[in-house]
Amino acid sequence: MVEKFDAIVIGAGPSGNAAAYTLAKQGLSVLQLERGEYPGAKNVQGGIMYAAELEKIIPDFREDCPTERHIIEQRIWLLGDDNYIGTNYRSDAFNSETPNRYTIIRANIDKWFSEKIREAGGLQICETTVTELIRDPSGKVIGVRTDREGGEIHADVVIMADGVNALLARRTGFQPELAPQNVALAVKEILFIDPELIQQRFGLKDDEGVVIEIMGKVTKGMVGTAFLYTNKESLTIGIGCLISDFKQGAIPPYKMLEDLKNHPVIKPLIEGAEMKEYAAHMIPEGGYKAVPQLYGDGWMVVGDAAHFNNAAHREGSNLAMASGRMAAETVIELKQAGKSFNAANLAAYKKKLDDSFIMKDLKKYRNLPGIMHENKQFFGAYPDTLTAAAHNWFTVDSVDKKTKEKEIMKSFVKKRSVLGLVGDAIKLVRAVR
Amino acid sequence: MSIMVKIEEKLYQNRYIVDESRPHIQIRNDAVCKSCESQACTVCCPAACYTKNETGSVTLATDGCLECGTCRVVCQDKENIQWDYPRGGYGISYKFG
Ligand SMILES: Cc1cc2nc3c(=O)[nH]c(=O)nc-3n(C[C@H](O)[C@H](O)[C@H](O)COP(=O)(O)OP(=O)(O)OC[C@H]3O[C@@H](n4cnc5c(N)ncnc54)[C@H](O)[C@@H]3O)c2cc1C
Repeated sequence: MVEKFDAIVIGAGPSGNAAAYTLAKQGLSVLQLERGEYPGAKNVQGGIMYAAELEKIIPDFREDCPTERHIIEQRIWLLGDDNYIGTNYRSDAFNSETPNRYTIIRANIDKWFSEKIREAGGLQICETTVTELIRDPSGKVIGVRTDREGGEIHADVVIMADGVNALLARRTGFQPELAPQNVALAVKEILFIDPELIQQRFGLKDDEGVVIEIMGKVTKGMVGTAFLYTNKESLTIGIGCLISDFKQGAIPPYKMLEDLKNHPVIKPLIEGAEMKEYAAHMIPEGGYKAVPQLYGDGWMVVGDAAHFNNAAHREGSNLAMASGRMAAETVIELKQAGKSFNAANLAAYKKKLDDSFIMKDLKKYRNLPGIMHENKQFFGAYPDTLTAAAHNWFTVDSVDKKTKEKEIMKSFVKKRSVLGLVGDAIKLVRAVR
Repeated sequence: MSIMVKIEEKLYQNRYIVDESRPHIQIRNDAVCKSCESQACTVCCPAACYTKNETGSVTLATDGCLECGTCRVVCQDKENIQWDYPRGGYGISYKFG
């Protein structure tokens, strides 16, 4: 006999975990399938975790969630060839009882979350790859097939939380392949180091943390960003660019990462640290316009697999958790009302998304991915001109200030005509308005 | 600034559970690679699984694969990469991620 559950959740990342936990907590029978050796084995995050969405699902998560440092300072740096210009914001108010942002080591979080699901009564099976969705003659999804023997399992509804590759949805024809300009490839390393050195170099005490978001010459003119985050006993450093740019063939991603690590501004911060893991993962960055069909007869898609990622704000895991929770709540409501899981009823999931920050934020930035893609000056010409301007301004010599101002203005116009500058400003404002 | 990078040294730090002689990714047709102008997979793959070979085609070794999917995305026009996940439990196993 084929086993049957109220719901099957595919994947044990933040979206799948949020869905499985919410369902199990309400007493529904839920099976969660994960292809990794353990939850987190396949997953990569910078990683900053935003507390708000996790708090909605597990209000007392701070009691035992293995976070690294709570973030008291945010730096945004624009790197030139041998310099940087940037802004820092640090506040003691971030040292609250309930911090809003933490650095994390992703595998630790996924394992912890999975434990909570098992405690809530969810059944989780790892080392199992879902190979196919099973559909009845009408096309309704009624279960999944896995690579385990006798691996056919049925459910009233299947929630696809299988991440950015979303192979199942693509193979079933629910989504097209990712367009290279809509997806970034990021590579990162974890570097272990004496915690005292972290505290000295970043001016921290106890579990305080600093995160640095980086743009500029390090992405070699490609559309991309880099980051350096402080964990308890390690630093994570990474860089990512659109695949459409990597595809031009200028430089392999690992070389770009190595150059970042050797940048004169970055190098002293990571000096003496020991590299313990090298990871790579895609990030869906096409925004609102790249969001696929989100539900159908017997299925919903959540998290990265649904292209829920806010690249401008480096948010992903929070959209993943929120969408997973909303999908689960939709299932619970339909079940309680005794309704079936057809597309018309599952449209309630889309409604929840539309009413939330997920779709509102994606919509707000809907034109940003296109503008970044078509205007490479944001990643090439601007870092150079800005750092050169700063260099000029802060070099005290016998040139009078008025002449310096003129030189700076000239350098901007030379790189990018007055009209170009004004045009760029308008484009940016329009894109984020 | 140009720095030599040994990708093997990076991958060496990682934990893999190798599924002997069952590569999860395959090149469909060697001739298509040979006539491919960009051979973008050889630059984009973050684990350098793809290398240009003496015959002018591309050799694939999946041992260091990080299962990111980039090669499938860059080769989608030619559809010359057969891309699957490894069997459950096999492949890259991140300790930290
Ligand atoms: C370098 C990097 C830095 C990032 N930094 C941040 C950050 O600082 N803050 C932030 O909020 N977000 C960040 N993100 C984004 C964030 O990691 C993702 O948005 C988030 O992980 C998405 O969660 P998910 O559950 O949808 O997908 P995933 O975390 O990818 O989980 C999908 C799961 O499904 C499993 N799976 C896939 N296919 C199958 C199958 N067929 N059968 C069984 N199991 C399957 C996978 O093994 C995996 O466990 C970052 C991403 C990257 C790559």
